[in-house]
Amino acid sequence: MPDAILKIENLNAYYKDFQALYDLNLYAEEGEVLAIIGANGAGKTTLMRSISGLIANGNDQIIYRGNSIGAVKPNRIAELGIAMVPEGRQLFPSLSVEENLLIGGQVGRSGPWSLQRIFELFPILEERRAVASTSLSGGQQQMVAIGRALMSNPDLILFDEISLGLAPVIIKTIYEALPGIVSTGMSAVIVEQDITKALSVSSRVYCLQEGHVSLEGASASVSREEISRAYFGVE
Amino acid sequence: MEWVNAIIQGTLLGGLYALFAAGLSLIFGVMRLVNIAHGDLIVLAAYLGLSVIMTTGLHPLAAILIVIPMMAIIGYALQRGILNQTIGDDLLPPLLVTFGLSVIIQNGLLEAYTADPQKLNAGEIETASIAVGSISLGMLPLLTFTAAVVIIAGLQYVFYRTALGRAFRAVSDNQDIAQLMGLNKAHIFGLAMALALAVTAIAGMLLGMRTSFDPAVGGSRLIFGFEAVIIGGLGNLWGTLAGGVILGVAQNIGAQINPGYQLLAGHIAFLIILAFRPSGLFPRMSG
Repeated sequence: MPDAILKIENLNAYYKDFQALYDLNLYAEEGEVLAIIGANGAGKTTLMRSISGLIANGNDQIIYRGNSIGAVKPNRIAELGIAMVPEGRQLFPSLSVEENLLIGGQVGRSGPWSLQRIFELFPILEERRAVASTSLSGGQQQMVAIGRALMSNPDLILFDEISLGLAPVIIKTIYEALPGIVSTGMSAVIVEQDITKALSVSSRVYCLQEGHVSLEGASASVSREEISRAYFGVE
Repeated sequence: MEWVNAIIQGTLLGGLYALFAAGLSLIFGVMRLVNIAHGDLIVLAAYLGLSVIMTTGLHPLAAILIVIPMMAIIGYALQRGILNQTIGDDLLPPLLVTFGLSVIIQNGLLEAYTADPQKLNAGEIETASIAVGSISLGMLPLLTFTAAVVIIAGLQYVFYRTALGRAFRAVSDNQDIAQLMGLNKAHIFGLAMALALAVTAIAGMLLGMRTSFDPAVGGSRLIFGFEAVIIGGLGNLWGTLAGGVILGVAQNIGAQINPGYQLLAGHIAFLIILAFRPSGLFPRMSG
């Protein structure tokens, strides 16, 4: 295996009292975009919350750059260089657009991303920097959520369902911005229900089904049939 | 003229109530914690001030500068050591724990300082006054009111213009996501309590200079603080000042009608506002 930035080893994770992931194994290579697909309830969001530290697990079940982080607190993980764009955007309603971005940068990691760079990526945010984050449209809120994660200059960025609930034209804009983001050398894990989108931006893909990996492969070579089998579990 | 005087004196008294309430409001705003021990912490600050004055011989106004960091440290330790463990989706555990804390503080003070009423002797400033027309304004009440305005303006600044305030608001909005921003929730809560008790230190010292106190007076300070917060609207600091003023004015008008009506009048004003504006006069502002 080449240099893995992230390794998940026999992860058993729980969503409340319910076990969502069973002995899960996967890895992400340095600099790659990894896609994770799967139906609702397959365990994708639990996996994201586990990596970002919001769900505590056995420490050795998640390895980041050779260090065990399964039981590390989320604020420490952010300092280590993992950022997340959470499902449903989850901006801070009492903070303005600019403050939402600034608080993302509060981790204090240095790198190419600054307020100015975010405004270049999404110019509409500069225009609306002073307004309350709740007054933005869904797509603009998603831009803030992405910008907020980038502001910490992460080495690994997690995107959880970034196209959920957005108009197709907005999804297109956001996905067009992705290559520019990961070309800075960042690794990314993308959780997505839109399989075509997920495959088009990623180099490798995992499909989860009921807490297990049901398919693993290069995004360019997996077939539609393989995916639907892995997705729905039907032969 | 008596009535004008009652209203003006009530306004100045309201500054003290706003100081009681500011810490309460801040803690509730940041971590949804209802601190039943707040009144007793005010009294604790006054007693700490008493000890500082007795050991150093400082004037109470100078002693405040020592009591502030003492209370801030107590606040941080209290939050990290005890209160953080009680905070969660359920409002009841912190309520019960701070109630227990209230009992412990009262009895601790009783043990250490006895039940004898005490007072912080501020000397000439207690009786000094400025005459404005036929109304005389006491120096100490004026100072208290000014302190309230300055402190609330300061808290407002911290909340809306600094990185710390941004962190307070973010944690208050969404604890999970705030942690993803590298914010240590336990530490932020500790800082919020430290700031709240720093304000409480000032409130307690000014209380001790104004009236005599004993270990049991915390409860009624808590009620005044609560009423000021609720009248003004939860989460609005300037509203809290207005709430304190309304409470103070109502009490003084009541006292003007009949000295026995002072406290009753304040509570009635509170109930009337609660009946017509259940979320307070100025609920949650945004900037």
